Amino acid sequence: MAEATMNYDEAISKFDPVLGLEVHVELGTNTKMFCGCSTVFGAPPNTQVCPVCLGLPGALPTLNKIGVESAIRIGLALNCQIAEWCRFARKNYFYPDMPKNFQTSQYDEPIAFEGYLDVEIDTDEGRKTFRVPIERAHMEEDTGKNSHVGGATGRIHGADYSLVDYNRAGIPLIEIVTKPITGTGKYAPEVAKAYVAALRDILRGLGVSDVKMEQGSLRCDVNLSLRETPESKLGTRSETKNVNSLRSVERAVRYEVTRHAARLAGGESIVQETRHWHEDTGISTSGRPKSDAEDYRYFPEPDLLPIAPSREWVEELRASLPENPAVRRARLVADWGLSEIDMNTVINSGALDLIVEAVDAGVDPAAARKWWTGELSRIANDRGIELEELPVTPAHLKRLEELISAGSLNDKLARQALEGVIAGEGDIDEIVKARGLAVVSDDGPLLAAIDEALAADPAVAETIKSGKLAAAGSVVGAVMKATRGQADAARVRELLFEKLGVSE
Amino acid sequence: MSDLIRKDASELAGLVSSGEVSAVEVAQAHLDRIAAVDGAVHAFLHVDTKGALASAAAVDAKVKAGDKLSVLAGVPLGLKDILATNGLPTTCGSKVLDGWIPPYDATVVTKLREAGVVILGKTNMDEFAMGSSTEHSAFGPTHNPWDLERIPGGSGGGSSACVSSFEAPLAIGTDTGGSIRQPAAVTGSVGVKPTYGGVSRYGIVALASSLDQAGPCARNVLDTALLHSVIAGHDPMDSTSINAPVPDVIAAAKRADIKGMKVGIVKELGGEGYQAGVRSRFEESVALIESLGAEVVDVSCPSFPAALAAYYLILPSEASSNLAKFDGIRFGNRVGDDGTKSVEQVMSETRASGFGSEVIRRIILGTYALSAGYYDAYYGQAQKVRTLIKQDFDAAFAKVDVLISPTAPTTAFKIGEKLDDPLAMYLNDVATIPVNMAGLPGMSLPIGLAPEDNLPVGLQIIAPAMADDRLYNVGAAIERELLAKWGGPILGMAPELAGA
Ligand SMILES: [Zn+2]
Repeated sequence: MAEATMNYDEAISKFDPVLGLEVHVELGTNTKMFCGCSTVFGAPPNTQVCPVCLGLPGALPTLNKIGVESAIRIGLALNCQIAEWCRFARKNYFYPDMPKNFQTSQYDEPIAFEGYLDVEIDTDEGRKTFRVPIERAHMEEDTGKNSHVGGATGRIHGADYSLVDYNRAGIPLIEIVTKPITGTGKYAPEVAKAYVAALRDILRGLGVSDVKMEQGSLRCDVNLSLRETPESKLGTRSETKNVNSLRSVERAVRYEVTRHAARLAGGESIVQETRHWHEDTGISTSGRPKSDAEDYRYFPEPDLLPIAPSREWVEELRASLPENPAVRRARLVADWGLSEIDMNTVINSGALDLIVEAVDAGVDPAAARKWWTGELSRIANDRGIELEELPVTPAHLKRLEELISAGSLNDKLARQALEGVIAGEGDIDEIVKARGLAVVSDDGPLLAAIDEALAADPAVAETIKSGKLAAAGSVVGAVMKATRGQADAARVRELLFEKLGVSE
Repeated sequence: MSDLIRKDASELAGLVSSGEVSAVEVAQAHLDRIAAVDGAVHAFLHVDTKGALASAAAVDAKVKAGDKLSVLAGVPLGLKDILATNGLPTTCGSKVLDGWIPPYDATVVTKLREAGVVILGKTNMDEFAMGSSTEHSAFGPTHNPWDLERIPGGSGGGSSACVSSFEAPLAIGTDTGGSIRQPAAVTGSVGVKPTYGGVSRYGIVALASSLDQAGPCARNVLDTALLHSVIAGHDPMDSTSINAPVPDVIAAAKRADIKGMKVGIVKELGGEGYQAGVRSRFEESVALIESLGAEVVDVSCPSFPAALAAYYLILPSEASSNLAKFDGIRFGNRVGDDGTKSVEQVMSETRASGFGSEVIRRIILGTYALSAGYYDAYYGQAQKVRTLIKQDFDAAFAKVDVLISPTAPTTAFKIGEKLDDPLAMYLNDVATIPVNMAGLPGMSLPIGLAPEDNLPVGLQIIAPAMADDRLYNVGAAIERELLAKWGGPILGMAPELAGA
């Protein structure tokens, strides 16, 4: 049942929001954190399991070194310190999706701590940077997945029986926890969204995860509390789980602000609890009460050795980090001479890396951008596939641009050539040849086609001569049609005006 | 009864490899012995007649083919029921695992199979290795072959009893606080707890991960060394396994020369609370060691009196977490799942009815010790004691090559005598526990019978980490003198078992 809410602007005028974000990232390692099982998504239930990740009696964990390396790289990318010595810890609680009834995690000795991430958002005063303080990033293992059969809700309550799939159990997770984020004021929802988006870009740039929120490889919990003024002490927080899209992050923060405000204004206290986010209705509902006294009986994992990453290794990893996405963005905006809006279009289309690749291969930035955000985006969209899945390479675009600037292809013919590439007809030159794509450069056939077009519409010549040059469009169009698009439209226009004795 | 059962493992291996006796004959002789006496001893929980004969036949085929054999090929062995065995029940002496058949072998089991050791079956133990008498087995106690009314030690009473009742020349035990050494002491056999990390823990159902260690049990020092060499070595499946060469325990057992060595008597492990006959046999051993040319000195380890208390915080803490997986959801015995109960209820009923009282006692103790607000006072404090114990050992080994003490304060007590007094039961391990706390290797060697009850007494020998070979050198030197004095093995003095 939906709870009372207060209008957002009113809520913000009365209270100061404090955010906290916990993000779980599934690492893209080939094998699980503590065994050699595959991590591929979507395999039949319980086919990617072994004694270790099933928690069979006697089985022992061994550490995935790539998992540790990824954790350190994430920590470094988030400006964290990397522990010189740390351990895993057991988080003890009973739940059927957890094979050992404890989760191998980290407790008071995380591998990375004390970092920050700067995020930019649009404010009333223009673009502004907020620094999100990061408390820690630690390693842990994922749980299995329960599904509840029978019953109306798909929840455990009312189900006939439950099934557990342990394929996911033991997949490496990094949990990234912020410190309380203060000072955002009314921009709390935007800062939250920008943080998760920036984090996602960083993780993608590091190549450590496929960061697909819809598949659960990036999961976000939103903590929120309100206080009277920025000087007041922190209020009681709620923890909203399963906020699994960028849009939902923003909406969940906004919703919780309005819900908390209504309760506080009505003299009610906030219950410290876990809440579930409902993407469809845009509200959260109460889950289980959570208290600070919830006792996981953490203690150091005796089955794994402490981790002591050498400073040399850490520095090696630091040196090989990719450019921070925000820095890179600023650099590209300058290099390519784009506006922020153009850059937003590029980023939202998911074409940034593809454009960079094309530019690195020698394609003009404007042309690369035009193709990837225009024609190619349209094609990918029509087919319901990702841009990366198109078989178009930087070499294709480079050759296409060469032919265009040489005048042997025009825009329309170039599009046809790309169609050929996507249809697997070969490289650009092969397609141009096979499809007979070439701009008609001989004036003879063009003049004949112009005569034909003028004969078909006798009035148009007079109209043009009277100064209405726009009417030339219909003649050029007719010529282009007659030459099956192989004419150079500009040349047709030139010849037409020459013939009619008008000048532009 | 065939005289094959009285032979040493090394002797049997020689007979098998030379083709004088088939491995199948050897296995059958031991299976017959089990059939004859195990009704009274109850060392075994499961006897794998078919599997034993099949692996013996495989060894015989290799002998015929002239293949190279391991040092123990064709020698039968009893395996503590805490090691996972592919296709063979593994219960840990608990109802909660009744019916569970592991789909994989423990690394130790893999090594035994590869060496052609013939696994006769799984031996009885205190439930989840919690106990010093094997009375806490959910499947009934094991009886000491020296006196069937007495306990064979624990938790590995089945392993020590099968060796001392001539059901098997070899057995594998596990030792968390003395579960190999104390049973060896009270049954007149030899048992070694190797250096922590010396033998893989993969596939051994964990009691307390930071203390558990599997090791060999046998009737003499050389056989123990042979078995040690077969099961030891680095295992990438166990992160705590030591990646270093295994000390040459066989050569050490053959060397048996302690002239010029320095031997320390741990002042805190003896005296008050130790049975008179245990003390007198221990003092005789000290004299014997000196007579062999070693120098014996007194050593003080002031933190040892705190070891037992710290152990009973660390062990239950780790155990409470290790045993959480026994909930009937994925394996083992499920209780109460009648279609009306929630998963939490089923897990709870499974655990409440599947675990015995000692296991429940320790789970509750450990759960309490790890609780927020108590962690520092209990678990944290116990870890500090553990560090102090290690420092005591370090200081001692700066002065001496090995340390000695009685293995257990008393000889075998009567079944039922201490069952209702957990503290009295815990005190059995007072001398063995510090060794586990520091991860060191320790041996129990029979040194005679206590005059007052004619029951075996054990000498504990302790060496620095990864110096397991010293145990065998010292043990073999003492053993040689004692065998000469006794005119044969100590187990020759044990009464004949009915049915044999
Ligand atoms: Zn696995």
